[in-house]
Amino acid sequence: MTTKNIMIVGVGGQGSVLASKLLGHLLTSRGFDVKVSEVHGMSQRGGSVVTYVRYGEKVYSPVTDKGQADFIVSFEILEAARWIEYLAPEGRIVTSTQQIDPMPVLTGAMTYPENLLHEIQNTGAKIDALDCLTLAEKAGSPKAVNLVLLGRLSHYFPDIPQEAWQKAITECVPAKFLDLNRRAFELGRNA
Amino acid sequence: MKQLMQGNTAAARGLYEAGCFFASSYPGTPSTEITEELAKYDEVYCEWAPNEKVAMEAAFGASLAGRRSFCGMKHVGLNVAADPLFTVSYTGINAGMVICVADDAGMHSSQNEQDSRHYARAAKLPMLEPSDSQEALEFFRIAYDISEEFDSPVIVKMCTRIAHSQSLVETGERKEIPARPYEKNIAKYVMMPGNAIKRHPVVEERMRRLAEYAETSPLNRVEEGSDNSTGIITSSTCYQYVKEALGDKYPVLKLGMIWPMPDRMIREFSGHVGRLVIVEELDGFIEEHCRALGLQCEGKSLFGYLGELSQNIIADKLGVPVHSGVKLSESVKIPARPPMMCAGCPHRGIFYALKQAGCTVLGDIGCYTLGAVAPLSAMEMTLCMGASVSALHGFSKAGGKNAVAVIGDSTFMHSGMTGLANIAYNQSAGVVIILDNSITGMTGHQQNPTTGRNIKGDPAGKIDLESLCRAMGFGRVRVVDPYNLKECADALKEELSAGEASVIISRRPCALLKYVKHNPPLKVDAEKCKGCKSCMRIGCPALSMKDGKARVDSTLCVGCGVCKQLCKFGAFIGGE
Repeated sequence: MTTKNIMIVGVGGQGSVLASKLLGHLLTSRGFDVKVSEVHGMSQRGGSVVTYVRYGEKVYSPVTDKGQADFIVSFEILEAARWIEYLAPEGRIVTSTQQIDPMPVLTGAMTYPENLLHEIQNTGAKIDALDCLTLAEKAGSPKAVNLVLLGRLSHYFPDIPQEAWQKAITECVPAKFLDLNRRAFELGRNA
Repeated sequence: MKQLMQGNTAAARGLYEAGCFFASSYPGTPSTEITEELAKYDEVYCEWAPNEKVAMEAAFGASLAGRRSFCGMKHVGLNVAADPLFTVSYTGINAGMVICVADDAGMHSSQNEQDSRHYARAAKLPMLEPSDSQEALEFFRIAYDISEEFDSPVIVKMCTRIAHSQSLVETGERKEIPARPYEKNIAKYVMMPGNAIKRHPVVEERMRRLAEYAETSPLNRVEEGSDNSTGIITSSTCYQYVKEALGDKYPVLKLGMIWPMPDRMIREFSGHVGRLVIVEELDGFIEEHCRALGLQCEGKSLFGYLGELSQNIIADKLGVPVHSGVKLSESVKIPARPPMMCAGCPHRGIFYALKQAGCTVLGDIGCYTLGAVAPLSAMEMTLCMGASVSALHGFSKAGGKNAVAVIGDSTFMHSGMTGLANIAYNQSAGVVIILDNSITGMTGHQQNPTTGRNIKGDPAGKIDLESLCRAMGFGRVRVVDPYNLKECADALKEELSAGEASVIISRRPCALLKYVKHNPPLKVDAEKCKGCKSCMRIGCPALSMKDGKARVDSTLCVGCGVCKQLCKFGAFIGGE
C-alpha cells in the first residue's frame, strides 16, 4: 500500500498532541509502519500548529507534503483553510466549526474571512464540519474537542474495529479523564 | 515489540543503554527532550547547567573521572560551547564522551539557520547523523564505542525532523560500564603550548584513522537502484525524503557518519553512476567535499541553501511529477496566526510600560522575544543569549539614550551575568530588566539556577537575583510586579532618570505553571464600554472587539487585570 497521511491542524494549546498520540498508538497496534511529526517551541504559543501522522507498509518521510493528505483533521476552520493545499485530490477535511481570531484579526489589521466553509466546499474538497466545541461541552469539557474529532474521523476507517479505537483511548488517556473522553469520542462518532 | 518513539526519546534511550552515567545540558529547541527523557532513568545523573559551555566542560570532567558522559544543546548552543569543543578535541577523553547538537533548518524556534556540520570539520571531531528514531537510538550507543576506541569526543547531529518525529523503535537493555580509573596525565590533559603542540599531530592521526573507519563502518551504506543514470549522496532526514520521492529508482549512498567522510566509498559510488546529485539541507557540506575530491556533482544549484527540503521538492527537481494541492479562491485572504504571549503572561505588562515610556528595548532569547510582535512592537533588537545586557552597555557608551535591556531569568543565568559585570566594571548607565518568570519558559518549563529546583523537580540550590546584582556593585536594584502597570511605569521613570546603571526585576511566575493560582475571568460591562480599543493595545489573545465593544474570552482569560488598568471607563468587572 502507498503511505497514507493524516494531518492534524489547529491553534497551539488545543489538544492536538493527544490526538496524534492516540492515532499513532492505534495505527501501530494495527501493524502499520508509522511516523508522527510535530514541532515544539515558539510556534506553540498560540500560533498555527500542525502534526503529521503517516502510516503504511514502509514510511520514509516524517512529513506530509502538499497534495498528499488523505485527511486534514482541523480544530479550527481558518486552520483547515490555511493548510488546504496539503489535501490530496480525493482527500477529506474533518473540522470543528470553531473560530479563533488570530492576532491580526484581534487588532483589526485583517478580518476573519467570511463563509470559509463555503469557500472550502467550492474547491471541491470533501468536508465534514461539526460543532465539536458544543459536543465536547456536552461530553463534559471543552477540552475534549480532540476526541470528538477522532470519533468523527473513525467513520472513515471501516477496517479498524470500534474495539481498537476504544483500546487506544484507554491506553493513551489518563484514567481520571477516560469516561469524559469516551463520551466525546461517541458523540463525534454518532454526529 | 516495537514502539513509537520520538527521536529525542530514542536518543535518550540509546544513551541509557550505552551506560551513560552523567549528563549536563542547557535546554534548547529541538534538543531539550533528550536530557528530559534521560533524567527519567535513575541510573543516569542528569542536570540542567547554566549554559552549554558549562555543560560541555562538566561532561568532560565526568569523562576525565572515568564515566561515560553526555551534553546536549541546540545549534546556537554549540557556539557557546565552541571554546571547550575545539580543545577537548586535543585532549581526547578518558571514558566515552558524546555531544549532541540539534539543528533547526526552517527556524521553527531559532534565531538563525546555521549548519553545525561545519563544527565537526573545524574542531576535527567525528560526527554521526541519524535519519530516524531507531538510528538515533543506535547511533548514540555506537558513539560511545567510537569515542573510546579513538580517544575522541563524538558529536551526534540531530535536526528538528529527527528530534521531533516519532518512528518505530526496538529497544535493548542497559549495559553497565564500570568506571575507568582516572590517571594523572599532564601531557594529555593540560593544554598549554608545549603540550598542545604535541597533541595536534595526535588529532590529525586520529582523523586519518577515523576516515579509514568511515570506509568500512556500517554507518555508511550504498543502497542499489534500478537506474544508474543518477546516483544520490544524502544523509539525515533528507535520506527519508529521497526514498519517499524516488523509491529504489536511483542508487543512494547514505552517510550515517558525516565527518570524516569515506572518500574511497564516495569515489567508487560516483564511478558507478552517471549524474551525481547531493541532497542535503542548508549548506553544501557534502557537495563541497565531493568537489574537493575532484568529482562533478550537483546539489545547491538544484535545492538551494534555505530552509527544509521535502519529498515534493526533491521529486520536482529530479523530474518526478507531484500533485499540486487543492487551492482556495484567490479572493480569500487567510490572516497569519503568529505565536503570541499567552493570556496572563507576566511579560505583557512590563512591555506595555516600556512602550509607553518610549524606551529603546534591547531584547534577548525567550518567550519575551514576542514583545517585538504587534501590537506591542516593544523590542528593537534580539541577537543571541545575553546580548541584551552586553549591547546595552555599548549602546549607552556610544551615546544611545533611554535604552533598556530585557532578559529572562534563565537567559540571565546563561550569559547575562557577564554582560552585567561589564556594566558594573566599565560604568555605563542603563536599565537592565530581568524578566523573572521563575522558569525557562519557551522550551517548555525547565528549571534553572534561580528556581530552587533541579531537573527532577527536587529542591536544589537557588541563586538570589537581588543579592547577586548588589554583589556586582549595583546600588539600584528593585523588584516590580508586571501585573501592576503603574508600579512598572513609575519604576521605569525613576531608573531611567537615575543617571546610573540599575536593575529592575520584573517578577511573577509564568501563567502556565501548574502551581499558579488564577483569578476568575473578567467580564465587560457593555454599558460602560465605549469601544475605544485602549485595551486592545496589549495584544491579549483573550480580548477582541465584537459589535464595537470589548469582549473577553472566558476560556482564555486568567484574570490578570492588565486590561482593566487601561480602561478609563471602568468597563472591566472582576480581576481581584
